[in-house]
Amino acid sequence: MAQGRPGAQRVLVVGAGMAGLRSAEGLRAHGYADEILVVGDESWAPYNRPPLSKEALHGDLSHDKLVFRVRANASDVTWRHGVSATSADLAARTVTLSDGETMSYDALVAATGVSARRLQIPGPPQTAAGRRHVIRTLDDAIALRAALVPGAKVVVLGAGFIGCEVAATAVKLGCVVHCVAIDPFPMVRPLGPGLAAELQRRHEERGVVFHLGVGVAEFVGDHYVTDVVLTDGTRLETDVVLEALGSHCNVGWLEGNGLDLADGVRTDTALRPWRRAGALDGVAVVGDLARFPNLRFDERPLRVEHWSIPTDTGRRAGAVLAAYLSGEGYDDVVSATWEPLPSFWSDQFDIRLQSYGMPGLADPDGIRVLEGDLHDECVVGYHRGDELVGVVGVGMLRVVNTYRDRVGHPTPA
Amino acid sequence: MSLKVVVDWDLCQDHGQCAFAAPEIFEIGEDGRMHVLIEEPDESLRSKVEDAADVCPVQAITLEG
Repeated sequence: MAQGRPGAQRVLVVGAGMAGLRSAEGLRAHGYADEILVVGDESWAPYNRPPLSKEALHGDLSHDKLVFRVRANASDVTWRHGVSATSADLAARTVTLSDGETMSYDALVAATGVSARRLQIPGPPQTAAGRRHVIRTLDDAIALRAALVPGAKVVVLGAGFIGCEVAATAVKLGCVVHCVAIDPFPMVRPLGPGLAAELQRRHEERGVVFHLGVGVAEFVGDHYVTDVVLTDGTRLETDVVLEALGSHCNVGWLEGNGLDLADGVRTDTALRPWRRAGALDGVAVVGDLARFPNLRFDERPLRVEHWSIPTDTGRRAGAVLAAYLSGEGYDDVVSATWEPLPSFWSDQFDIRLQSYGMPGLADPDGIRVLEGDLHDECVVGYHRGDELVGVVGVGMLRVVNTYRDRVGHPTPA
Repeated sequence: MSLKVVVDWDLCQDHGQCAFAAPEIFEIGEDGRMHVLIEEPDESLRSKVEDAADVCPVQAITLEG
């Protein structure tokens, strides 16, 4: 419970992305009226990231077009952009910022998300000038777009959703695109080999050249990359390298507090950090960073980097922390059922994928086409035993939407 | 004060998430396209419309008023 102290309370939100914004709005929606201060390392107000690898790369890539509208109830939130947290003392309830200031708080939201993972191979500088790009932020996308000119030779490292989306976009922009991955098929880990092989075929038909089951041996070039040498000896001449190799969690500032930071921050279903001594009240972990149990599926805490999660976790954190700070109904809020349905979509060429649930939890032999034709439009079901744990629609949006409520085993309301 | 639901139809790609968040306001039609059922909803539906705006993947929904 919150200590009833005189004067106004302060919630400090570290991370000014979508999850930080939704947490601030969630606090207001649940009646918290005192100070909310959001700090974030980017110079931009929170914006929508999915377009960065899709339409924004060949359309209007301005912050105006991507910025989230802030709910009226959160218009009085204080934002400090261009500042990150360097450390936290959760016992003393303070966070030290990159500008040297130490902020105290009554409640803390950890919303620092993830950063793009880089290949640890020597070579030219990991910058746009070095022709080595990543895509996580708007600034990344602006730098990448400038390089995706017609005829440019693009090497995409990684064949997950982001890599495949950028590959498709780059082909549409007139680039020559090679996509390199250690996996046997693109997007195979979430989607399984059947659908992944079909999507590979469609990408190849439209001009993407895949190099699968191989890694990068060497980046050639002094000031910038001129060639990428693969582990099978293939040498790819290149103007642009995109490292789309997944992410690592921005948890460094939370070290030294007895939390489980093995993969993001492990939490309970109230998004409170797990500790050996018990859940830590007054702190919530949201967005990509939160490794939480979702009893819709099972008790194993999982991190879910889907677009729906910042909103779901932000709302949940708002409810939990508002009750914590007011001291009213806290135990009920904490023990309330919270089982978000993960959802994501992906656009690649003319292909629209829409997913609900956790396809990655399926048994290897539990993946089958439920409706339609794998070589055209279809809905693929992902099963663990008899349970449907995920669905993915290839087109067929209306049909896949009808499966929403059949995914997992939600606790009856 | 009356509210107004504004959809940027150039952005809308018929994902349909709004119809799950606020079925009173949004509907996926027989044609697969999104439709606004109530353009000027009552204040009591404000948070429903805001929920729908939040979950729109292309952020095409605005609530005025």
